Amino acid sequence: MRICVLVKQVPATDKVKMDEKTGTMIRTEMEAELNPLDMYAVEEAVRVKERLGGNARITVISMGPLMAVDAVKDAISMGCDEGYLLSDKLLAGSDTWATAYALSGAIRYLGGFDLIFCGERATDGETGQVGPSVASWLNIPALTYVSKIERLEERYIRVRRAVEGGYEVVETELPVLLSVVKEINEPRLPNLAGKLRAKEMQIPVLTVDDLNLNRSFVGLEGSPTRVVKIFYPKLSRNGKIISGKNPEEAVDELISFLESKGIL
Amino acid sequence: MIGKEVFKGVWTLGEQRDGEISSVSYELLSWGRELADKLNVELSSVIIGYGLKEKVKELIYRGADKVYVVDHPSLVHFKPDVYSRILEALVKEFSPEIFIASATTMGRTIMPILATRIGTGLTADCTGLDIEPETGLLLQTRPAIGGNVMATIKTPKHKPQMATVRPRSRKPLSKDTSRKGEVIVKEYPEEFYLSKFKILDFVKDETSQTPLQEADIVVAGGKGLKGERNFRLIHELAQLLGGAVGASRSAVDMGWISYPHQVGLSGKTVAPKLYFAIGISGAVQHLAGMSSSETIVAINSDPEANIFKVCDLGIVGDLFEIVPLLIERLREYKEGKKNG
Ligand SMILES: Cc1cc2nc3c(=O)[nH]c(=O)nc-3n(C[C@H](O)[C@H](O)[C@H](O)COP(=O)(O)OP(=O)(O)OC[C@H]3O[C@@H](n4cnc5c(N)ncnc54)[C@H](O)[C@@H]3O)c2cc1C
Ligand SMILES: Nc1ncnc2c1ncn2[C@@H]1O[C@H](COP(=O)(O)O)[C@@H](O)[C@H]1O
Repeated sequence: MRICVLVKQVPATDKVKMDEKTGTMIRTEMEAELNPLDMYAVEEAVRVKERLGGNARITVISMGPLMAVDAVKDAISMGCDEGYLLSDKLLAGSDTWATAYALSGAIRYLGGFDLIFCGERATDGETGQVGPSVASWLNIPALTYVSKIERLEERYIRVRRAVEGGYEVVETELPVLLSVVKEINEPRLPNLAGKLRAKEMQIPVLTVDDLNLNRSFVGLEGSPTRVVKIFYPKLSRNGKIISGKNPEEAVDELISFLESKGIL
Repeated sequence: MIGKEVFKGVWTLGEQRDGEISSVSYELLSWGRELADKLNVELSSVIIGYGLKEKVKELIYRGADKVYVVDHPSLVHFKPDVYSRILEALVKEFSPEIFIASATTMGRTIMPILATRIGTGLTADCTGLDIEPETGLLLQTRPAIGGNVMATIKTPKHKPQMATVRPRSRKPLSKDTSRKGEVIVKEYPEEFYLSKFKILDFVKDETSQTPLQEADIVVAGGKGLKGERNFRLIHELAQLLGGAVGASRSAVDMGWISYPHQVGLSGKTVAPKLYFAIGISGAVQHLAGMSSSETIVAINSDPEANIFKVCDLGIVGDLFEIVPLLIERLREYKEGKKNG
């Protein structure tokens, strides 16, 4: 079975810097990490491979600046077999439509896969759109919000999808793209051997021309959406703080507060 | 998309479960009505399912001028391939300029597939929509990066302009049974309904009566509760207030409550009328999931706790003294109301 995992490198959350002119993230001078929600995708891929006992190979693909090679290596250290980085100046500024187009190009270039895993969403853009969009570009079914793989056969899969108010049991054909939620597993920590293997591995870099992508579909120019304004919401509310009162008084005040807000 | 066509009108995607129209459909119409009025165009709602023909009038009562219904036995459950095939056909036939859906698991699945097939942009999980007066373009505002940044996004050259909208970011318009509108039932050849998906079962989550993201009130507990048994205080308070139970990541990591209750960056994002944070310090990752709540109340023994910066009312004190007392008082309060 040929398995692929799509992983993204994201800024370590509290330290995001934005270019307010172009509405893009300044990805060069910041601390970055493998998107935490993609670790569940990697883990699930590795578990599937372990169950299949050697009859599977896992390829990690990421798109991003050259430093994103670290995200690919993190995934390899958890048990993936090989990795590719899709990196090209022409790709900078891609929105979800253009990112999914480029990723689907890489998937085609590598000969296609039976199972493609991705995370529920990236913690930076937080759209969760790239996965279903990749499936659409490849014209294969997308199973989103997967919380459990119940059965996997050579040509078909049955999963649970976590949806509003419960879960759904769904079956479909392979090849398929799955976006997984956090409930699905507990990602492992890479062991020393895994880390060493990742460190030594060569990660080929693929470009727009390697993949024969249409240049007018990639990067900021190829993206249908444009960030026109960035602003920082003020979190602080300057609320009332009750301190040094006994519990009875505090509860009285709380109840009248809830009444004044129309909650009681 | 092709530049020559004229794209006109605002569309919303209705949702149904088991033939009942979901309330998110009406929330979207409230957004859609405002946009359509600003543009001076028609507001239409599309709904796909089975056994809906009698019920779709409700969409008109709640703001739609037109309803497109696709009703077929094989459409009972959400099947991404069939639903997107139908939506693509509808969009190509009627060319709306704006198409919005709810950022539910369905909306977030179907809209990216559809946007890709049509070749247009899609903005995720918006909390604000407006029309730019000079251009008539849709301004789509959304939080990202854990709520630390707000971005306004445009789709300047492609149509329709598509967005998903955060559930509960608007109240439905009140029902007006005097509203008149047109219902258009669309039928497609049988092969349109063939799917690669088979839906075998739906299992309700018994632990959460009100899904967290739909609840008006969320009572959330954190590490300050010190143990699984004490979490019953949170459950009790939630029940009294008619709310859902939330938790910080550390409470979930300790195993005091299950992951579906986790609020924050790697959990759920909620924006209820009241968010009650009990024994929660207010780490940025947690704030990312709840800071847009209408009212925030916090109880914490540490006066320096970060949560006090974002709350409307904060009580510095011992939760083990305050919460049981509050529960008692709320019980009395309810009894009092019942007895007049
Ligand atoms: C706050 C915010 C919200 C957004 N919301 C949406 C949305 O709802 N829908 C949507 O479609 N788009 C959205 N975008 C994307 C947006 O439309 C623009 O395309 C945006 O300007 C790209 O922002 P970025 O900072 O992610 O760009 P970039 O940092 O350029 O990243 C875009 C993509 O290109 C990759 N990339 C960057 N540099 C390279 C390189 N050298 N080689 C290869 N790959 C590279 C990145 O890994 C990423 O996948 C959002 C962007 C922001 C900042
Ligand atoms: N640049 C990228 N490279 C590889 N995978 C990506 C990239 N962007 C998004 N993904 C995948 O798509 C998922 C959803 O991302 P997003 O739509 O950006 O929230 C992520 O969890 C990844 O699995």
